[in-house]
Amino acid sequence: MSGEPAIRLEHVTKLFGGHKVLDDLSLDIPEGSAFCLLGRSGTGKSVTLKHIIGLMRPDTGHVFVYGKDVPALPRGELSEIRRSMGFLFQEAALFDSITVGENVAFPLRRHTDWPDSKIRDVARVKLANVGLEKDYEKMPAELSGGMRKRAGLARAMALDPDILLVDEPSAGLDPITAGEIDQLLVDRKRSGTTLVVVTHNIPSARHIGDELALLHEGRVIERGTAEELDRSENALVRAFMRAEGAG
Amino acid sequence: MLERLGGLVLGLLAWVGDVALFGARALYASVVPPYEFKEIWRQVFEVGWRSFPLVALSGFAVGVVLSMHTRASLERFGAEAMIPAGLAIALVRETGPLTAGLLVAGRVGAGIGAELGAMKVTEQIDALEAVAVDSFKFLAVTRILACIIALPLLTTVMDFAGILGGYVAEASISGMSPQLYLHRAFSLVEFSDFVPATLKTAVFGFIVGTVASYLGFTTSRGTEGVGRASTSSVVLASVCIIVVNVVLVKLIFFMFPDRT
Repeated sequence: MSGEPAIRLEHVTKLFGGHKVLDDLSLDIPEGSAFCLLGRSGTGKSVTLKHIIGLMRPDTGHVFVYGKDVPALPRGELSEIRRSMGFLFQEAALFDSITVGENVAFPLRRHTDWPDSKIRDVARVKLANVGLEKDYEKMPAELSGGMRKRAGLARAMALDPDILLVDEPSAGLDPITAGEIDQLLVDRKRSGTTLVVVTHNIPSARHIGDELALLHEGRVIERGTAEELDRSENALVRAFMRAEGAG
Repeated sequence: MLERLGGLVLGLLAWVGDVALFGARALYASVVPPYEFKEIWRQVFEVGWRSFPLVALSGFAVGVVLSMHTRASLERFGAEAMIPAGLAIALVRETGPLTAGLLVAGRVGAGIGAELGAMKVTEQIDALEAVAVDSFKFLAVTRILACIIALPLLTTVMDFAGILGGYVAEASISGMSPQLYLHRAFSLVEFSDFVPATLKTAVFGFIVGTVASYLGFTTSRGTEGVGRASTSSVVLASVCIIVVNVVLVKLIFFMFPDRT
C-alpha cells in the first residue's frame, strides 16, 4: 500500500427530489487498500460508488480518481479511467441477451485486440475464479441470484482493474459462497487492487477491510479499523458493529 | 382549464424538444469516431431482416386489396387497363412508404422501447458505462442508424410485394399475363416517383429509432415503465410519422414540380 489516495471525494453533495442523499461527504481511499463502506439502507453507499465511477455527478463537490476530477472529464478520458475500474452492481446487471461467458468476455472484446480464442480462455478463467467454469454458455436468466452476482464479479474483474468497486457482494448469498467471494476479494487486495466494498455484512467487512467507515444520513460519522470502530464512543457505530449477523 | 391546456402544450413542446435534441445528438455521434460498425450491422439485421416477412406479407395483402378497390372504381369507366399502373403509382408514391413506416414503428419501435427500457431499469445501461462503453452510441445511435438504413430497403420490399399481390388479384380475375401486368404497372411509374418517396422513409426510420430509443433511455418506474415505453414508442412514432409525412410530401412536390 503506497498510502496515496487512489480515490478522493471532496465535499460531495447529492440530492434526489430535494432529499439530500450525500451531504458534504469527504473521503480519501488510499491506493491498494480495502475500504468498506457500511451503513443502513438508503444512506448513500451505492450512490457513493456510482459517483466514483462517474455514473452520477455530484450537485456540488469533486470526485477524484488518481487525481483526475471524474465529473469534469471528457468522454475519452472518462472511458480511459473507467477501464482501470471494475464495478459489481448490487443486482449484478448482467447483459441478459448474451451468455454468461460473453458477459465476462464483453469488456475484453471492447478493450483488447486479443484473438477470440484468447478472449474466451481468459473469460473461462475469470468464471472459474468465481466457481462458474461450467456456466459459460448459460444465459443470465438460467442462473440463481448468487450465481449472477458471482458472474457480475467475474465481469468486473475481467480487465484486472486497479480499482474494484463492489456493491453488496454477499447479499443474498449462502454463507459458504459469501465466504468464497470474500476470500476472492481479499486475494484481489493482496495483488494490489484498491477495493471499495459496500456492505451490510459486518463479519465480511471485518474479513476484507483494512478500514471501515459508517455512512449515516449522507456523511461518514466514523472511520477506522474494525477494532477502532468497535471501541467507538458513538452508540450507533457500536450498535452497527455488534450486528454480527447482519447481511 | 386554460392553464391546464397551456401546461399540456408546454409539456408537449418540451417533450418534442427533448426528443429532437436526442436525435440531433445521435446524428452528431454517428459521424464522430469510434464507429460501431459491427453493432450497426447487427441492428440492421434485427430491424431489416427480421421485419422482412411482416413487411412482405403485408405488402402482398395491401396489393391484393388495392387491386380489388382499383378494379371496382375503374371498371365503371371501362379503364381496367389502367389498374396495374394505378396500383403501382399508389403503392410506390404513398401506400408502400407509409405502411412500411407504420409497420416498422409497430414492430421495431415497440422492441427498441421495451429492450432499452428493460436495460435501463435493470442497470444494464449503467453496466455498459461501467465497462467504459459509450451506452448512447452503442445502444441508441446504432439502432437509429439501423432504422434509417433498413426502412428504405423494407419500403422497396413492400412496393414489390404489393405489385405482386396486385398481379395475383388481377390475374385471378382477368387472367392477365405477368409480362403485360408488369409492362402496364411500370408504364407510368418514373424515377421521380420511386426515389423521393422511398428515401423519405429514411426520415421515418430516424423517427422510429429516435422516439423509441429516447423513451427506452428515459424509462423509470420498473416493469410498468418498460411497458409504457414500449406502448408509447409505437403510438408516438406512428403519430410523428403521419404528421411528418405531410411535410415530406409537400417538400417532394416542391422539389419535383413536374410530379403530378
